[in-house]
Amino acid sequence: MRKLARRFISAIPVILGISFLIFILMHLAPGDPVTLLLGDDATPADIERTRREWGLDKPLLAQYWDFLSRAVTGDFGRSLKFNEPVMKLVVERLPATLELAFASLVVAILIAVPLGVYSAIKHNSLLDHAGMSVALIGVSLPNFWLGIMMIYFLGGQLNLLPVAGRIEYGIEFQSITGLYLVDSLLAGNFSGFRSALQHLLMPAVTLGSSLAAIVTRISRSSVLEVMRQDYVTTARAKGLSEKDVIWRHILRNSLITIVTILGLQLGALLSGSVVTETVFSFPGIGDLLIQSISARDYKLTQVLILMFAVTYFAVNLLVDLLYSWIDPRITY
Amino acid sequence: MLSMRYLKIWVGGAILMVLFLCGIAAPLLAPRDPQAQTLEDRLRPPRWSDNGSAAYFLGTDNLGRDMLSRIIYGSRISLMVGAATVIFAGLLGCTLGAVAGYFGRTTDEVVSKISEIFLAFPFLLIAIAIMAFLGQGVGNLIMALMLSRWVQYCRVVRGEVLSIKERDFVTAAKALGGRDGYVLFRHVVPNTLASVTVIATFGMAIVIITEASLSFLGLGVPVHIPTWGSMLSEGRSYINRAPWLTIFPGLAIFITVFGINLLGDGLRDIFDPKLRRQR
Repeated sequence: MRKLARRFISAIPVILGISFLIFILMHLAPGDPVTLLLGDDATPADIERTRREWGLDKPLLAQYWDFLSRAVTGDFGRSLKFNEPVMKLVVERLPATLELAFASLVVAILIAVPLGVYSAIKHNSLLDHAGMSVALIGVSLPNFWLGIMMIYFLGGQLNLLPVAGRIEYGIEFQSITGLYLVDSLLAGNFSGFRSALQHLLMPAVTLGSSLAAIVTRISRSSVLEVMRQDYVTTARAKGLSEKDVIWRHILRNSLITIVTILGLQLGALLSGSVVTETVFSFPGIGDLLIQSISARDYKLTQVLILMFAVTYFAVNLLVDLLYSWIDPRITY
Repeated sequence: MLSMRYLKIWVGGAILMVLFLCGIAAPLLAPRDPQAQTLEDRLRPPRWSDNGSAAYFLGTDNLGRDMLSRIIYGSRISLMVGAATVIFAGLLGCTLGAVAGYFGRTTDEVVSKISEIFLAFPFLLIAIAIMAFLGQGVGNLIMALMLSRWVQYCRVVRGEVLSIKERDFVTAAKALGGRDGYVLFRHVVPNTLASVTVIATFGMAIVIITEASLSFLGLGVPVHIPTWGSMLSEGRSYINRAPWLTIFPGLAIFITVFGINLLGDGLRDIFDPKLRRQR
């Protein structure tokens, strides 16, 4: 527990460092946000007034200090583009990204773990080679292209799935968590649930495909490694059934490597959501990030990138906690 | 008969070689100027389709530009950005990793802390953040990708150097009076090259996909330079009317990355003794 607390504290300077770097980067960027916001018709007086109102006339360090001192109270300022509190925008959009990342993780696990484990158990068989070839193709596919191709074939040609958004227009229910699948179930709105699931399917497969490919390869090599351990030979020598050896001895010990890779790849999932959300016009924080970058909305961009960094860190901490559950020999 | 691992190297290497030749000889191979617009021929389908024209093998885009020529020219940017990033990120990461691992103490601590900051952040996001600041451009793109990728080399080389520097041949080189710099770069670093080659190969595949993703998001190279990612982005608006605008650039990225990954797999099979045992 103490080690976890130490890790938590040691992350603070890293996150502060990242926030400062992003702050400086955004302010050194070419293009003036106020001019972009007000358009070419704005008078110098309008520009000056808006600059003062938004605090952009202060020195850089003073602006950063303002940002930090407000941030600790949960006030991240207002977005220039949307003219709304940044935190409100983030809170509205974050559940969509989390739902997408979680769904992609489920897709990846459901495809990759059985395929990887089965390939290892039947290693050097035809199925093993086929599985590894599929994984190699998966890891080489640019996922945004896969998304566009799914939009074309499944959405356009076959008309099987919706191609954009989170839910069908017109379906309404009380949003509690912002996670549409959960909310629609809580409200007992099954048509809402079906619509949300249909909207989530293509983005989740798109985002989860490269993770699935990586996890398949890692699962296979991890299981192969464990299969060679002495305790597996001992388990077999004791006369345990092959099913027991696989489930109780091989799989459980292979899980540590698989969970590590899943944890490490979650960061990639979060950043990958930027591209996937753009492809599917999925209203999450990735899509918002691209909009804020093109509008030079400093405050929003800075908070969104920070949000990604904090979420990435939180996920890694969660993975560390999972280790000790999977492997009781690991203690913190 | 060629074993599987050599087959991977040959096939992957051949794909990469063909693409490099395409990139180098683009002005000779491309049937037309990739920027030339023929508005009366806009959105022409590929040659084998019903309305296809023999003049445009892979069809034309919304401005009547030849798709085949743009794809051939696009390979230049992908491969150049990929190779340059791997070289610069490799040089920076390997040097810092080698120095940190060999000298230890404060040097190691400083390098490790800087690496931690970069590792605390998904690399695509680092690249997005840097491109948002630097603006579009090939040089900026290489810089952004280099800054987001160097840390992988640094960590692997540092780890290897930590173990290699304790080996007898390093002690012998020091006993013979070799200076630190000489011992490090003449005896220690060359022994890390096998791992570096494998990371560099897979790294190039990742960089090519990242470059395409950034160009797709409008954060890569300027729009007037044809790249596979920006072609995909432009073609997306015409997906139902002209699917070839997205199919072919995507296939080009896929084949390139597949070839590099195949090569990387083959190299890893040869260099990694653990994998050799698994076979």
